[in-house]
Formats: sequence, C-alpha cells, structure tokens
Amino acid sequence: MQGVDIIATVFMAGGAFFMITGAAGLLRFPDFYTRLHATGKCDTLGEVLIIVGCMIYQGWSFLTLKLLFLSLFIFIVNPTGTHAIMKAAYVTGLKPWKKGEARR
Amino acid sequence: MGFKSKGEKAFSMIVTFCAMFIFWVLLSAWIIYIPQHYDLIEISKGIICALIVTLISHELLVSKRGEKVLLKTLRLIPYLGWELWQIVLATFDVAYRVIHPKMPIDPRIIEFETTLRSDFALTTLANSITLTPGTITILVKPETGKFWVHALAEKPADALLVDKTMQRKVAHVYMEE
Repeated sequence: MQGVDIIATVFMAGGAFFMITGAAGLLRFPDFYTRLHATGKCDTLGEVLIIVGCMIYQGWSFLTLKLLFLSLFIFIVNPTGTHAIMKAAYVTGLKPWKKGEARR
Repeated sequence: MGFKSKGEKAFSMIVTFCAMFIFWVLLSAWIIYIPQHYDLIEISKGIICALIVTLISHELLVSKRGEKVLLKTLRLIPYLGWELWQIVLATFDVAYRVIHPKMPIDPRIIEFETTLRSDFALTTLANSITLTPGTITILVKPETGKFWVHALAEKPADALLVDKTMQRKVAHVYMEE
C-alpha cells in the first residue's frame, strides 16, 4: 500500500464517518428542522471528503477537474436544497421543537 | 434584468459563450488531446452546444455590467477559504451534538437585518449561514436585507446576532457596508 493510497483511504473514511453521523442525526434529532441540520451539514462535508479521496486516489488528470466541479456543485446545491425544504416547512406552519418538549 | 443597449447584450452573450465553451473543453478534453480523436466534428459539437446554452441563458450569467467585478472576485477568494474552514468546524459541531448521549440542542428561530441588498451578496450570505455551525436560513427579505434563521443551539445563534463576523465579511466582499 502506497502513501497516496493511505491518504486517500483516510479522506474516504472521514467522509463515510460524517455520512453515518448524518444518518444517525436524522434518526436521533427530535423534529423536522433539527433533522435537516444533521443531513444538510454532515452530508455536504461527507460527500466532499469522499470526492477528495477519489481525486487523490486517481492522481492528476482531467478526472480530477471533473471531480472538483462536482464538489463545487455540491457546496452550492446542498445548502440551497436544505434551505428550500426548510422554507417550505416554515411557510406551511410547522412549529419548531423547543427544548423540554417531548419528542415527536 | 433588462439590457440598456445592444452592446451590453452582445457583451453578455460573448462572455457566456466563452465560459461555456471553456467548460466544455475542460469536461471533454480527452477528445481533443488524444491525437487520433482530434477532429473538427468533435469541436463543432462543443461549439453548437455552447451556442444553444448561450442563446437560452446568457442573461443569467451576466445580467448587467457590474462595478469592480475583479476586485470583488479577488476579495471572494480569501472569504471562500475562511468559509471552507467554517464548514469543517460546523460539521464537527453537528457531529458532536449527534453523538453526545444527552444531545445538547436548544433550537430557536432568530431574526436579524443586514446591510446587503444585491442578489449575489444575499445568496452568498444565505448559503454561508446554511453551511456554517448549527444555523439554516429559512426566509430572506431582499428589500430590507432581513434574515430568518433556524439555529440549533444558543452558541451558533449568538455568532450571528452578537459577533456578526459573517455579515461583516460578506459585506466587505461585496462592498455593501
């Protein structure tokens, strides 16, 4: 196993860790809004870390550039999508969970 | 999003066409650089695609000739670096709150006003808020620069209400202080 492979594996493992954490947050958090926090943030960094791992593993080529575009796209689209879902919930009048209330 | 003159329309179309064609070359560069694949038909395919995209959407990329675009772009680069570091911190923060057995969350909705007015500045701030520690933008009112934000706990809410680091940085980038 070469050094490059080890670095790539570390990045991909970090990405996988954040994806799993996001999924755990989706299950553990009490209401709609807080669940979006878990998916919106952990997934962004998780996906980008996995893509960076792929870039390092692949080596320098035009595929690197394509993956870079992909990660930039994720950085723009992921918060926008999260915001759109949250706005839809807020406008339709879903009440946010307050500390001390029972889980829904 | 109207154009004042034909010159501005031509300018926006040329800029969009160049950007789209460069993008196409970058994405399909193996076609051009491998010698036996090099031919005019492949390149003309790219030119046709770029032309179609230009005709449909040239108003989106360059709506009007902005002021000090180069300076704003230069100021955006250090901001993006700072933003990337904030994203890493945000993700660790949320991961900590997920994994912690007691789940230290105290969600709330906060409102604040900013000095920003332009589309680009508001979009940058809204996306930055969503990506950084424990906050997601719910609504934005462009006329008054007002933001409604859902915060996961008290600390991230204070970062936006009291410190206002992010608002100041975005205002500095787009020169709308």
